[in-house]
Amino acid sequence: MRRIISVLIENEAGALSRVIGLFAQRNYNIESLTVAPTEDETLSRLTLTTEASDKQVEQITKQLNKLIEVVKLVDLTDGEHIERELMLIKLKAAGAQRAEIKRTADIFRGQIVDVTNATYTIQLTGTTEKLDAFLRSMADSTIMEVVRSGVSGLSRGEKILAL
Amino acid sequence: MLSGGDILIRSLQEENVDHVFGYPGGAVLHIYDALFRQNKVKHVLVRHEQAATHMADGYARSTGLPGVVLVTSGPGATNAVTGIATAYMDSIPMVVISGQVQSHLIGTDSFQETDMVGISRPIVKHSFLVKKAEDIPMIIKKAFYIATTGRPGPVVVDIPKDITNPTDLVEYEYPSDVAIRSYSPAGKGHTGQIKKAISMLLNAERPMIYAGGGVIQGNGSELLVTLCRKVGFPVTNTLMGLGAFPATDSQFLGMLGMHGTYEANMAMHHCDLILAVGARFDDRVTNTVSKFCPNAKIIHVDIDPASIAKNVDVDVPIVGPVVSVLSEMNALLEANWVNRTDDQEKLLAEWWSQIEGWRKQDCLAVERDEHDTQIKPQEAVQAVYRATNGTSYVTTDVGQHQMFAALYYPFDEPRKWINSGGLGTMGFGLPAAMGVQMAFPEEVVTCITGEGSIQMNIQELSTCSQYGLPVKVINLNNRSLGMVKQWQDMQYDGRHSHSYMDSLPDFVALVESYGHIGFKVDRLDELEDVLAEVYSEKLKNRLVFVDIQTDPEVHVYPMHVAPNGSMRDMWLKKGVRT
Repeated sequence: MRRIISVLIENEAGALSRVIGLFAQRNYNIESLTVAPTEDETLSRLTLTTEASDKQVEQITKQLNKLIEVVKLVDLTDGEHIERELMLIKLKAAGAQRAEIKRTADIFRGQIVDVTNATYTIQLTGTTEKLDAFLRSMADSTIMEVVRSGVSGLSRGEKILAL
Repeated sequence: MLSGGDILIRSLQEENVDHVFGYPGGAVLHIYDALFRQNKVKHVLVRHEQAATHMADGYARSTGLPGVVLVTSGPGATNAVTGIATAYMDSIPMVVISGQVQSHLIGTDSFQETDMVGISRPIVKHSFLVKKAEDIPMIIKKAFYIATTGRPGPVVVDIPKDITNPTDLVEYEYPSDVAIRSYSPAGKGHTGQIKKAISMLLNAERPMIYAGGGVIQGNGSELLVTLCRKVGFPVTNTLMGLGAFPATDSQFLGMLGMHGTYEANMAMHHCDLILAVGARFDDRVTNTVSKFCPNAKIIHVDIDPASIAKNVDVDVPIVGPVVSVLSEMNALLEANWVNRTDDQEKLLAEWWSQIEGWRKQDCLAVERDEHDTQIKPQEAVQAVYRATNGTSYVTTDVGQHQMFAALYYPFDEPRKWINSGGLGTMGFGLPAAMGVQMAFPEEVVTCITGEGSIQMNIQELSTCSQYGLPVKVINLNNRSLGMVKQWQDMQYDGRHSHSYMDSLPDFVALVESYGHIGFKVDRLDELEDVLAEVYSEKLKNRLVFVDIQTDPEVHVYPMHVAPNGSMRDMWLKKGVRT
């Protein structure tokens, strides 16, 4: 099952490499990873998605917790949560295609953020599934370049991940 | 105002460090100069950095105190890696200080530069790269705190040379306390879970107590013995746990696992309840996990939550220090054991009589043909046991001799048996014995080794000369890499691919060249007398090396049948299995 694990780590050099190293060392997979400082400058928040069974995810969270620089973590997929990913996609857009791409982008609530006479660059946010669906709706031949941020997420309701 | 080098040494003094095992080099010259100008911390100069880490390790395992290592950057640091990994796998408290190139040179592929924090990352509990001299006291405080608390382990402190520069002076104050917001080892076990465990112990019909190295590391042996005596259950120890429960006690079934005794493995397979304490269900214990102890409920006590349910699912997990959990359990047992019914005691007696039946197998009996005069390695270990009255500290290397020592030298006390269980590091035995001898100069310390392993750190005979370390080295010399050869006999139709030891040195002449005493023994009837001399008062202060020529055809038995075997599937002797 796909899991989204959010981790608060000390905002120190080397902390991220310990997290990534742990996954490599113990043969866990990382599908996406995103990390940035938080409003508390001593902390970074890291969100990663992984494909793991219940037993595996128990080990992953326990092993992550053992890292000295990991302050706190939560498996967002344990409860109701919101997840978002940002995608920028550069497409060949010429002639009649331009209107069609614009319409599809509107359907997905995407924004065209850069335009040339032969290309559109579209910004899209949403769940991983939604971004995948948009990609599928574009003909392969029109896609020039894709960059995705990886998943970020929060629990729904009052529940928070904080010190 | 002090320099970083002086601050480091002062910090080690504050941590009551009496021995540092190390080797100097460019990046640590300022630190070595600071060492020179004081006399509280004694430095032990090894011949190879790997040996420094094993010495610190032996010191730590025998005393319970953290071992401290000091090495230079680059090759000094990489040479230490095997010893750090060894300590990591066996959860040994250790602080390794490595020199690093000057801060401004980091990342430029400068002379003797290596990314020590990066290289050691998967084999340390934690590591630090020091950024400024002012940080040294707090980092050292944290390093010792992390290494020695919770599940212990090695901590690396990497210090660039400029940080210890004698001309840069900063304020020095050693912190009295340390708090790390993201690190809080469990203080006690969950009382509800402990109560649940007690009720399971009360109602068990065919129970087993399975205790590992965590009991020794956590100083819980006495409490474990109290518990075991109270309940009267059979007890087995892991390779790392030997000595946690007295091996000569009638409740002890011997070691379990791949080379465990017949009775221990049979009892594990057939039991209905396992109380696992400070053990981690290692693959060398469980054999095929899916077939492990099919009828057993499992109570698992461990300081490390990640050790619980990692390999085997458990019914009652209890995360906490062994001393606190066992104390709580003992108090509850004291109050509740009166509730055991006669029927329950009768079932336990039946379980014991079944176990006695397995014991009759006498799985450790040594076989010998009438005209065979060769020394069997098992007999050599038994002779060492007799010659030392079973009270020696014993370190080993890795291979057949290690298993023979584990099986034929019963340990009645914790911290007397010192071996590389998790990583299985050849070359561990001699330096580890030296670390023990440093900690206990008056005690008898024996290194049981083989002619393969001893050559992996034999240069330390020189260190032994320098510091007058009277280690007794028992070399079970079968002219082959015995354990490799055994597997080749059993699984590769006897094709001995590179498992022989050719061109061996004359060990007696070799040790004499270092100023030590050597004996060569190849007849059983000479062994007893030689060992009596080796352990005599006359040679008490001398390193003695006994090169015992043993029968090269002997295998270690019992041995788990693998792959796909369960705990009860064992080879009992050549060609004979359960």
